[in-house]
Amino acid sequence: MNPAPNRRLGLIVNPVAGLGGRVGLKGSDGAEIQRRARELGAEPQAPERAAGALERLRNVENLKILTYPGQMGEDPARASGFEPTVIGAIQRGETTAADTRRAAREMQDMGVDLLLFAGGDGTARDIYEAVNLSLPVLGIPAGVKIHSAVYATHPRSAGELAALYLQGRVDRLREAEVMDIDEDAVRQGTVTAVLYGYLQVPYRASLVQNLKMPSSGEEAAAVASIAHDVVSKMAQGCLYIIGPGTTTRAIADELGVPKTLIGVDVILDGQVIAADANEAQLLALLDEYGDCAAKIVVTPIGGQGYLFGRGNQQISHRVIQQVGRDNLVVVSTPDKLHTLGTQPLLVDTGDRAVDAWLGGYVEVITGYNQRAVRKVSA
Amino acid sequence: MAQTDISKHRFTAGKLNLRRFHQARWDEPVIFELSTPGQRGILVPPVEEGIRSEVGDPLEQLPAGMRRQAPPRLPELSQPQVLRHYVRLSQENLGTDLNVDVGQGTCTMKYSPKINEQLARSPKMTDLHPLQDEETVQGILEVMYRFEQILKEISGLDRFSLQPGAGSAAIYTNAAIIRAYHQARGEAGQRDEIITTIFSHPSNAACAQTAGFKVITLYPDEDGYPDIEALQTALSERTAGLMITNPEDTGIYNPRIDEFVALVHEAGGLCAYDQANANGILGITRAQEAGFDLCHFNLHKTFSTPHGCGGPGGGVVGASRDLARFLPVPTVEYDGSRYTLDWDRPDSIGKIAPFYGNASVVLKAYAWCLSLGAEGLREVAEIAVLNNNYLLNRVLDIPGVSAPYARGKRRIEQVRYSWQDLAEETGVHSEEIGLRAADYGVHYWTSHHPFIVPEPCTLEPTESYSKAELDEYADILAHVAQEARTDPDVVKTAPHNSTIHTVDHSSLDDPEQWAPTWRAYLKKTGRMANESGAE
Repeated sequence: MNPAPNRRLGLIVNPVAGLGGRVGLKGSDGAEIQRRARELGAEPQAPERAAGALERLRNVENLKILTYPGQMGEDPARASGFEPTVIGAIQRGETTAADTRRAAREMQDMGVDLLLFAGGDGTARDIYEAVNLSLPVLGIPAGVKIHSAVYATHPRSAGELAALYLQGRVDRLREAEVMDIDEDAVRQGTVTAVLYGYLQVPYRASLVQNLKMPSSGEEAAAVASIAHDVVSKMAQGCLYIIGPGTTTRAIADELGVPKTLIGVDVILDGQVIAADANEAQLLALLDEYGDCAAKIVVTPIGGQGYLFGRGNQQISHRVIQQVGRDNLVVVSTPDKLHTLGTQPLLVDTGDRAVDAWLGGYVEVITGYNQRAVRKVSA
Repeated sequence: MAQTDISKHRFTAGKLNLRRFHQARWDEPVIFELSTPGQRGILVPPVEEGIRSEVGDPLEQLPAGMRRQAPPRLPELSQPQVLRHYVRLSQENLGTDLNVDVGQGTCTMKYSPKINEQLARSPKMTDLHPLQDEETVQGILEVMYRFEQILKEISGLDRFSLQPGAGSAAIYTNAAIIRAYHQARGEAGQRDEIITTIFSHPSNAACAQTAGFKVITLYPDEDGYPDIEALQTALSERTAGLMITNPEDTGIYNPRIDEFVALVHEAGGLCAYDQANANGILGITRAQEAGFDLCHFNLHKTFSTPHGCGGPGGGVVGASRDLARFLPVPTVEYDGSRYTLDWDRPDSIGKIAPFYGNASVVLKAYAWCLSLGAEGLREVAEIAVLNNNYLLNRVLDIPGVSAPYARGKRRIEQVRYSWQDLAEETGVHSEEIGLRAADYGVHYWTSHHPFIVPEPCTLEPTESYSKAELDEYADILAHVAQEARTDPDVVKTAPHNSTIHTVDHSSLDDPEQWAPTWRAYLKKTGRMANESGAE
C-alpha cells in the first residue's frame, strides 16, 4: 500500500472572535469593542474551539500544520498534540484583521491543501478578501455572528470534514456564502446582512453526516434542474428580478447571460437589462416597465433560511410590494430545504407589515416540475 | 477485539452475552475467472435421428433475428464447481435466514414460511407457462381470483390487478390511473399536479413525475405531522391527486388522514394510498374507510413472499368501483364455473408488466393469508405494532439516540431514529454503528432518500421476532453506543469479521460515474451508435 501523501493544512485562529458574544455586545469587530469586551470580563473562545476541531485531525497521516504564532494557531495546535510550523510574526494579544489577511495570503503562496480558520463572519470576510476562490477553506465556528455558510455546524464537525478532505475521502468543493452584518446597525436594532462573496468549501450534505450520503453531484444536478424549470416557464415581456446565489446563477447560465453572483440582476426577454442593481434602480425599472409583468426570483441565503433581508436587501419591501406576493419565484435545492428541518423560511424586509404579508405558505421550486410547500414567517 | 469464548453460555448471571459473528472468507473470484475452456456442467444429448428426420433442425425454426451469430461468452464449469462457488458466496453474507432482520426498516423483513416456497417450487407451479390457454391453467387463475377477494376484504376497495411486479410499478399504475381518470373527464391538461409528503416513500414523487405530473411535496408541521395548511395551499384546480404513505416512513401515522382525503376530493383530485407496507394496519384500518380511491400492497413486504435480493415481487393495485375500469388488462373473472382472463376493457391503462402477474409470488401470498385466516392477519398487525413500540422504548433508553418528529408520540410499525446526539458527542456516525453491528451478527440500515433525519437508523421489527430477539438487538445497539464513547476506533474501523470490511461509496456520490442500465451506460460513454450498429 502506498504511504499517505503529505498534506499541508493552514490554520488561522482569530483569537478575538466571539469575544463580544458572552458579554452581550453582538459582535467583536473593531479594537474598541474588543477592549470593552475584555473590560466586561470576556475570555477568548476561538483558540479553544480551534483545538476542539484539531482533535479530529490527529488520525490524518503525514499531516503538516502551517500556522501563525501564539493564539493565532500555534497554541491550539500544540494543545492538540501537533508540532506546527510557525510562520509570520504578530504582536501578542493584539491581533488585527490585517494579521488574518496576511496569514491567509502567505498560506496561499505556500500552497496549503486546505485553509482551516476559526472565527466569525468578520474573519470569513478577511479570508475571502485574501484568497477569494483560489483555495479550499473551511470555517470553525467561533464568532458571535455566523451568517456565512462557510462554517461547519460545530468545531468537531469542522475538524472531521477537514480530516475527510485531507484524506481524500471528500473531494468535492462548493461555493459557500460569505456574509456579514453591520454590527453598529445591530446594536441600533436593525439587521443588514450583506453578501460579500463566496469561498470554496469542502462539501458534504450538512446534516446527515453519513459516509455514503450525497453528493455535490446531486446538488449540481438539482441546481441545473431548477434552472431548467424556471427558464422553461419564463414569459416574454416580463421583468425578472434575479436575486443573488449559486442557485439563481444557474438560471442565468441556462439563459447564457452573465450573473452578478452577490448582486441583483434584471432580465427581460432573455437579456440582462440591469446588472448589480440597487433598490432605486429596481424601483425605477419597475416604473419604466410599468406595463410589464414582473417576477422576483430568490433563493434562501446563508444557512438560516432567509428569503429576504439577508444579502439581498436591494429587493426591498418597496420592490416586493410593487411586484406582488403572487409573483415571487422561490427556488432552492432539496438539500438546502432539508437542513432547515421544520423551521420556516424567514423574511426580514425591514417593514413589519410586508413581513407579515409575506407570511404563510410558499411554493418552492426544487427541480424540474418539482415543488415543495414551505411555511414563511417573519 | 476480545476473542470469542465458545464455552460461554448465552447468559452470564442473567445478563445476555452478545453473539460474535464471523463471516467466511473464501477470496472467491468472479465465476468467469473460474472458467476452463471445454468444461461442461451438462452435456445436452443430440436430437435423435428419428426426430431430426421428422422436424429438421429445431434451431432453423427460430426467427433469424433471434438467432445468435456467435455462442454466448458464458463461464465453463462443472456442476460441483458451480455448486461450491455459490455455496461459498452464500457464506460470505449476513442473510435474512441467519440474523434478526429488524434493521432493514421500511422493507418489512419477516419470516417467509418455507412451506410456501415448497408450494411455489412444486411442478404444478413451475411447469406452467403464461402463454398456455386459460382452459389449462384454471388452478392458478382460481388462486388469483380468490386472492383478489382477500385483498378486497383487506382494503375495502372493489377490484384488484395483480400484474405490477413490485411497489414502484404499482405506484406508477396508480399515477397512470389518476391520469386516465382525468383524461376521461377531459381535464388531463388542466390537472397536472400530484401532491405527496416528504416522508412518503420517494417512489410516489418519482413515479408521479415519470407519469408526467408536476410533483408538490409537503413538509411536516412543527409537531412533525404532515402539514394540512400546506396541503390547502397546494390544492387548486390543477390538482390531479394525492399519493401518500401512511404511516409514513418514520412510523408516524397522520391523525388527520381523513381530512386530507376530503380536502383533495373537494378540490377534484383522487387519493392513492401507498400501502406497500401495511404491516401495522392489517385488519385495523382500510383504504376504503379512509376515503381512498386507489391503494397498493407489496406482496414481498406485508405478505411475506419474501423480500429478497431483488427477486420476484408483487405490487397489487386496488381501485374503487368508479376506477376499476382503468385497471391493467387482463383481469381474472369467474362466471361460477370457470375462470377467464378479461382483455376487453376499453378504458384500461393497458399493461404494466407482461402477462398477469408473478404467479408464484401470488401463490405464496395466498397461502400465507390462508394459513393465518382473518383473525391471524389482524394479529400480525397487533404484534408488529407491539414489537415496534417495545423496541422503541428499549432503544430510546440508550443515551445518544432520539426519534425526531412527533417527539414523545408512539409509532406504528417502524421508527426512523437519529444518532445525531451520539455523533456530536463521539464523532461516530450512524453508518459506522451499522458496520459494527455486523460484528455482533445483525444487519442494520440507515435510511433511503430523502436524507432529512440526521444520522438516521430505521428499525422495523415485524411480527416475526420474539421479545428475547428484540432485547438482543437493543442490547447490541446499546453496547455499540457504549463502545462509541469508550473505544470509538473499534466502531469506526468495523466490521472486523466480515468478508469485505468497507465498501467505497464515493462513486455513488457522482451521477457522472454510474449508469442505471447497460443502455444508459452505452449512451453515456458514447458507444450507443457503435453497439447497435454491430447487432
